[in-house]
Amino acid sequence: MKTELDLTTGGANMARRSFLRYAGTGAAAVAVLGAASCKKDYSERSNSNDIGSGDMGVLNFAYALEQLEAAFYLQVIATPYSGITTTETAYLTDIKDHEVLHRDFFKTALGSSAIQALTPDFSKINFSDRASVLGAAKLFEDTGVRAYDGAGYLIQDTNYLLIAGKIVSVEARHAALISNLITPGSFVASDQVDANGLNYSNTIAEVLTAANGYLKTKVTAPNFQYYA
Amino acid sequence: MNLFEIVDEIEKVDPEIYDRLNPRRAAIKNITSFGSKVAFAAMPFALGTMFKKAYGQTSTAGVIDVLNFALTLEYLEAGFYDKGMKTAGLVPAAGQAYVGKITQDESVHVTFLQGVIKSLGGTPVTAPTVDFTGGNNKGNGPFPTVFSDYKIFLAVAQVFEDTGVRAYKGQAPALLGNQVVLTAALSIHAVEARHASAVRKLRYDLGYDLNTRPWIRSTTTLGNDTGVAVANGNYAGEENVTQGGVNLMTALGASASVATASFDEPLTKDQVLALLVGSFIVS
Repeated sequence: MKTELDLTTGGANMARRSFLRYAGTGAAAVAVLGAASCKKDYSERSNSNDIGSGDMGVLNFAYALEQLEAAFYLQVIATPYSGITTTETAYLTDIKDHEVLHRDFFKTALGSSAIQALTPDFSKINFSDRASVLGAAKLFEDTGVRAYDGAGYLIQDTNYLLIAGKIVSVEARHAALISNLITPGSFVASDQVDANGLNYSNTIAEVLTAANGYLKTKVTAPNFQYYA
Repeated sequence: MNLFEIVDEIEKVDPEIYDRLNPRRAAIKNITSFGSKVAFAAMPFALGTMFKKAYGQTSTAGVIDVLNFALTLEYLEAGFYDKGMKTAGLVPAAGQAYVGKITQDESVHVTFLQGVIKSLGGTPVTAPTVDFTGGNNKGNGPFPTVFSDYKIFLAVAQVFEDTGVRAYKGQAPALLGNQVVLTAALSIHAVEARHASAVRKLRYDLGYDLNTRPWIRSTTTLGNDTGVAVANGNYAGEENVTQGGVNLMTALGASASVATASFDEPLTKDQVLALLVGSFIVS
C-alpha cells in the first residue's frame, strides 16, 4: 500500500507539472492535456493489482472482470456439472470462448499498462452442481453488465467507449441466457431491470467488492475510491 | 493549490464556466474533500474529468436529438409487440408471458425517454406511421404474414432487437462523459441485448432456427446469421474481426464465429434510418 501511494504521488507530480505548464493557455485544451499527461504517467501498471486511473483504469477494471469470467467458464467446461445437456454445453462453450477472447483482447490492447494475471478463488462454487454453477454464472454476467454500464461515463476516449459498448451487449446476451437457463422467462427480471426498463448499473467500487470475493489476488482501485 | 485561479482564468474567456460545470457546487466540493483522501496529485486528472463533462460532450440539443432518435426506435418496437400481443391467435399461450415482458419493457422505454426529453427542455417526437410488413404503408412488404405467422413475427422481432442494440451502441459516443444520459442509454442498450438473446433462444427452442444462438455468429464475409437475406443490411458490419487495432483471428487465434460473436457492432443513425424509413417506418 505504501509503495503504491508513493508511486502514485511520483507520477502525479509529473502530471501536475505538465498540467500547470499549459494553464492559462485555453480552458478546454488545458483540461484535455492535463488528463492526457496524467493518463500516460499512470499507465505503467504491469504486475500490479491496482487498476490505475483514467481510461486505462476503466479498461483494466474490465480486464479484471474478464479474467475472472474466463477462469470460471474454463473450469465449467473442464469439469461439467452432472446432467449437463448438449445444448447447455454448446452455450457454455461459446460463452467460455467469448470471455477468453475478451480477456486476451484486453491483455493485448493494454500491453504494459495491464494489471497482473489474477488468481481466482472458486471455493464457494460446486462445479458438479448445475444450480451452483449457473448461479455463479448469473452473478458474474449480471455483474459484468452492471459494471460496463456503470463505468461507461468515466471513459473519455470515444474509441474505448465504443469497445466497451461492443462488449457489454454481448455480456447482456450471456446474462439473459443464463437467467433463462435457471428460470425460463427471467431474462429481464426485476432483480436486474428496473421499472423504467433500464438495466441496473453499479460503481467500480461496488463491482470490485463483489468480484474480490472470487479472487485470491484482490483488485484495488484507489483512483476510483475503492481500496481492497 | 490554484484550482480556483484556473477556474477564474477560464471565467474570463467563458463567463458561463460555472454553469457548464453544473452541478458545480457538488463537483468542486467533492474535489476539495477527496483531495485529502486521494493523492493530491490526482487533482489534474479529476479536473480533466470535470471539464470533460462540461465541454467534451454534445450540446443539450445534440443530446435531445439522440434521445428522440432512440424514442423513434422504441415507438417502432413498442408498436410492433403491442400489435402482436393484441392479435388473437398469434402469440401462443406458452409465449404470452415471455413476449409480454418484452412488450412491457418497450412500452416503459417510450414513457421513460419522453420524460427525459421533457426534463431537458426538449419536445418528444411523435410516433411514426409504421408498416410491419416492411412495405412502407402498402402492407405488402417482405413480411406480409408478420401478424399471422408466429415464426415470421419472431424473426422480425429478432431483427428489430439486434438492430436496436446496434443503434443504441452507435449513439454512445455522442453522449461521451454524460453520467446521466449515457448511463441511461447504456442501461436500455443492455435490456435490448437481453431481449435479443431471449428472442433468439425462443426461436431456437421452438425449432424455428436451429442455427441461431443468443449472440450473433457471423462469418468473415457475412454479418447476417439469420438466414433471412432481406435483413443483410441490419447485420452489415457484424463480420468485423478487428477491435482496437487487434485482429482477433490472426493475433489471438479466435475463429470467425467466436471473434464476431464476442463483439456486437454499432450502426450509425443514418444507417439505421436507411434500414427502417421507407419500409417499416412510412416515409
